Amino acid sequence: MTRGKVSGIIANLVIVDVKDPVVQNEICMILHPEASLMAEVIKIGENKAYVQVFESTRGLKTGTEVEFSGKMLEVSLGPGILSRNYDGLQNDLDAMKGIFLRRGEYTSPLNDQKRWEFVPLQAKGTAVIAGDWLGEVTENRIAHKIMVPFTLEGEWMIESIAVEGKYTVNDTIATLGNKTGEKRDVTMVQKWPVKRPLKAFRHKPRPFRILETGIRAIDTLNPITEGGTGFIPGPFGCGKTVLQHAISRQAEADIVIVAACGERANEVVEIFKEFPELEDARTGAKLIERTTIIANTSNMPVAAREASVYTAMTLAEYYRNMGLKVLLLADSTSRWAQALREMSNRMEELPGPDAFPMDLPAIISNFYARAGYVELHNDATGSITFIGTVSPAGGNLKEPVTEATKKAARCFYALSQERADSKRYPAIDPVDSYSKYMEYEELQESLKETISDQWTGMVEHSRDMIIKGKEVMEQINILGDDGVPIEHHVLFWKSEVIDFIILQQDGFDEVDRMTPLKRQEYMLKKVLGIVDTEFRFAKFEEVAEYFRSIINVMKQMNYSEFHSDQFRDYETQLDSLINERNIV
Amino acid sequence: MSKTAFKRIYTRISQITKATCSLKAENIGYEELAIVGGRLAQVVKIVGDEITLQIFSGTEGIPTNAEVMFLGRPPSLRIGQDMEGRFLNAYGDPIDGGPELTGAEQEIGGPSVNPVRREQPSQLITTGIAGIDLNNTLVTGQKIPFFADPDQPFNQIMALLALRADADKIILGGMGLSNDDYLFYKKSFMNAGSLDRIIAFVNTTDDPPVERLMVPDMALAAAEHYASGKNEKVLVLLTDMTLYADALSIVSNRMDQIPSKDSMPGSLYSDLAKIYEKAVQFPDGGSITIIAVTTLSGGDITHAIPDNTGYITEGQLFLRRDTEVGKVLIDPFRSLSRLKQLVIGDQTREDHPQIMNTAIRLYADALNARTKQENGFDLTEYDERALTFSTQYKEKLLAVDVNLSMNEMLDEGWKLLSDHFSRNEVGIREDLVNKYWPAEK
Repeated sequence: MTRGKVSGIIANLVIVDVKDPVVQNEICMILHPEASLMAEVIKIGENKAYVQVFESTRGLKTGTEVEFSGKMLEVSLGPGILSRNYDGLQNDLDAMKGIFLRRGEYTSPLNDQKRWEFVPLQAKGTAVIAGDWLGEVTENRIAHKIMVPFTLEGEWMIESIAVEGKYTVNDTIATLGNKTGEKRDVTMVQKWPVKRPLKAFRHKPRPFRILETGIRAIDTLNPITEGGTGFIPGPFGCGKTVLQHAISRQAEADIVIVAACGERANEVVEIFKEFPELEDARTGAKLIERTTIIANTSNMPVAAREASVYTAMTLAEYYRNMGLKVLLLADSTSRWAQALREMSNRMEELPGPDAFPMDLPAIISNFYARAGYVELHNDATGSITFIGTVSPAGGNLKEPVTEATKKAARCFYALSQERADSKRYPAIDPVDSYSKYMEYEELQESLKETISDQWTGMVEHSRDMIIKGKEVMEQINILGDDGVPIEHHVLFWKSEVIDFIILQQDGFDEVDRMTPLKRQEYMLKKVLGIVDTEFRFAKFEEVAEYFRSIINVMKQMNYSEFHSDQFRDYETQLDSLINERNIV
Repeated sequence: MSKTAFKRIYTRISQITKATCSLKAENIGYEELAIVGGRLAQVVKIVGDEITLQIFSGTEGIPTNAEVMFLGRPPSLRIGQDMEGRFLNAYGDPIDGGPELTGAEQEIGGPSVNPVRREQPSQLITTGIAGIDLNNTLVTGQKIPFFADPDQPFNQIMALLALRADADKIILGGMGLSNDDYLFYKKSFMNAGSLDRIIAFVNTTDDPPVERLMVPDMALAAAEHYASGKNEKVLVLLTDMTLYADALSIVSNRMDQIPSKDSMPGSLYSDLAKIYEKAVQFPDGGSITIIAVTTLSGGDITHAIPDNTGYITEGQLFLRRDTEVGKVLIDPFRSLSRLKQLVIGDQTREDHPQIMNTAIRLYADALNARTKQENGFDLTEYDERALTFSTQYKEKLLAVDVNLSMNEMLDEGWKLLSDHFSRNEVGIREDLVNKYWPAEK
C-alpha cells in the first residue's frame, strides 16, 4: 500500500508528499487523530498528490499519515439499496449516531445481517459474461437480479451456484471460472467506481416510448421518453423542486433515485416524511419502496456533493441492468457545477466563463450520456430517464451551466418567472420549452399506437394556438380592449382555455395532480373542440365573461374523478354552455 | 494564563499582505487561532512549514518581528448562562462593560444536522404584522431574509418582530451595524424588559470588516446550545448579510482567488448555505429560526448576494415604500414564505388560505386597473372598486406598522372584501362565505 504524509492544507485541498506510485482519482484516507478523513486524488505532481477531502480539514496538521487505497471512489451494489437514505458517498444516514453529522463517520451502505431469499436463474455449466443474471432476490416487490460482477472480462463458466434458500449479501452464491483457470467467488454485493459508466449491455437504441409523468404540461406538450434526458432551469421561487417532487411521486418508473445535491435540507425532510406515507398509484405500494435518496444538502461537505450525482447515477445503472425502468432526478446540477468550480479555483486552474472550469460542458454532457434506453445481452430492456434541475444565477439562462446542459439534455422545461408570479403552476413556459423527442419518428409511431393517430397533430395545433394567443394578447395590451376586433378577444381566450385546462394543474389536488394519458387525450380533445368552434359575441365584454365560465366548468371537470357522475354533470353543463353561443 | 505558558513564540514573519502574514512554524493545525502582535488571526493556508495567517483586524502596523503565538484551537465561544442578556463582539468578548464570560469553550462553525434527524418545521410564529402572518406565515425552523433597500427601516422591523415573536431566546448577529443601530437594538431590548432572553454579537462599522465573518458562527453556536441542548425555541437575527458577503469577497480577493459573478467568491453559495442551513427543527422540540436582512442595491435581486440567498432560504420578505399610503409595506407579490403551507388553515383559522389568496388576487386586479389608468384607458366600475380596496388593504393589512392577532387579521380581510365587493365576486368557497361574511349593516 502506498503511504504518504500531509505537507499542505488549503481548505479541503490537501497536498500529500508521496514517493510510491499513486493513481489519479484513487481514494486515500488521511489518518487525522480525531477521525480518518476520506479524500480523492485529483491532481498529481512530482512526489506530490493533491487530494480533495470529503470532510472539514479543521485541525489537520502537516506530517499526518495518509494511506492510499489503490481504488477509485466506489459504491456497493447489492440488495437493500431501495428505501435507503444515503449521503453523497453512500453512507447510510439512518445508521449514523446522534443528531449532528460527525466527520469521519462512515457507515455501511448495505445490511450484512439480513438474509435474502435467493432463487438461481442459471444452471451450473452455463457460460456467462459480466452483467448476466445469475439469480434473483425480492427487494421491496422488485425482482432484484444478482449479476455476474461487472468487472469480469471475457467469458466465464458457472462452476457452482447456490440452491434456493436464504443468504446474506456476503455469502458466496456462485463460483465462476474462466479458460485460463482463474476462479471467482460471487456474492450478492459488488463494487463499481462511480465515475466510470457501467456498461454491460448490448446496445443503446434511440428512446421511443413516452415515460408518463401525469403532468399535462410535460406529457401532452413536451413528453420525455423512457431513457430520455431533460432539465428544468428556473429562477428561485418558480417551483423547480415542487415539480421534481411531483415527477418523483408520479412517474411511471420501477425505481426512482433522487439526488438532493446541494439544496435545502428541509426539502429532503419532506421526502423523508412523505414517501413512507404516500402510495404509488400504479402498484399501491408505498413510494418509499421504490425510492432511494442521496442527500447531500447544501451544508454538507462540498466535495462529497460532486460525488453524490455520480453515486446516484451508478445506483441507477445497476438497477437498469436488471431490466428495470429507472428514473433519476438531480436537484440541482448547478450546485454540482459550483462544487467543481470551487475545486478548480483552489487548484489555481485557468478559469473558463464565470470562473467555472473550462471542461464543464464536457463533464455535463458525459454525465447526461450515461442515461438512456438499453437492450441487455439477454434481450431484456432497461432504461435510465434523467431529469436535472438547473438554478441559473440571477435567473439568466445565458450562464455556463444552463448553456452546457442545453447542449446535453433533450428536453427543456423552462420555468418562467412570469407564470410563477401569476400563480400559473406548473410554471413551465409553453413557448420556450421543448422536447426533441417529439421529432423522433420512433416516438411519433408509438404515440400513434398508444394514444391515437391524430395525437401529434392535436398537440401541434394546441401549441400554435398558445403562440397565437400570446401574440394577440400583446396587440390587445397596446391597442386597448376596444382597439382590436372581437375575434382577437376570442382567439386570446381560446388560448387561455388551453392554458387553464391543459397547462395549469393543481399539484395539491388529489385528482388533478396526476392525469393519466387517456384522460389527457380526452381533455385535449374537449379543449380543441372549443378552440375549433365558432362563437357569437355582440361586444368584447361578453367574451371574457363567457370563457371564464367555460374555464370554471372545465376546471371542475379536472377536479372530478374521470368519468364519474360528477365529471359527467360538469361535462353536460359545458356542452350546454357551448350550445349557448356556438354557430352551427 | 498558565495554560498558554508553554506555547512557543515565533518572531520571524516572512511576508505581510493587507490581510495576511506568513511565517515558518511547525505542528500547526488548520483553522487554528493565533495572536499576531496582539491581534487575533487564523490559519488559512499551510504549505510545507510555511503557515499563512489571516489577521482579522488587518495588518496595518504589524512589524516582521511581531510576536506570534498559536493558540492550538479553532475559534470558540465561552458558552454558559452568563451569556444571557449580554452584548459581545465578534470574538465573543463583552462590549457592554460587563464581566468576562466564564462558560466552557466550545468550537464555533461546528458540524451540521444529519438530514434524517431533522423534523419538518411545523410551529407557527406570529409577529402581529399582517404582511407576514397573513400572507407569508413563518414557521419555527425556517430561514428567511428581508430583502430591503438600505434606506428602509429593516432594523426597526427586525427588533419589533423579535420582541413580538414567542421565542425563548433571541440572538442577534449584527454585522457592519452602524453604532446608532447598535444602540437602537440595545435600547429596544432593554425597554422591552426582556434583556435576559437576548444575546447579541455585534460587529459595528467601527470594527474591521473581516471580523464580521465570525459573527454568524458565534450567534449560531449559541443558538445550538439552547435549541439542541435545552430544547428551546431560538430566534436568530442576522443583519446585514450583504455586508457579511462583502467581507467574504474581501478575503477571497486578498487570497488571490478568482472571483465569479459580481466579484463574489465562487464559494458564496456554500458559504451562505452553511449559515442558513443551521436553521432547524430538532426532534425534541427545540428549534432555530433565522430571520436575516439582505440589503439590495436599487431593488436588484439578480445580484449574486440576493440571488444565492434566494436559492438557499425558504422564501423572502420584500420591503417596499408605498407612495400612495406613505408607509413601508411587505410586498405581497415578491414576498414568499415557502413553509406557510405547513401551518395555514391548520394551525390558523380554516378561512386563512382563501382570504390570503383572494385578497392578493383582488390586489392584483387593482394593479392592472392602475396600469390601465396610467395608459389612458377608461376604468370600469369594478376597476374603481378594486382601486379603493387596494388602498385600504395596504393601509390596514400590508403596512408594517399594524399589530393584530391572527383572527383580527382574517376578520379585517373579510371586512375589506365585503366593503368593496359582492359575495360572488370574491370566488371563495361557499361554506366559508356563509360562515364569515360580515352581516349587512
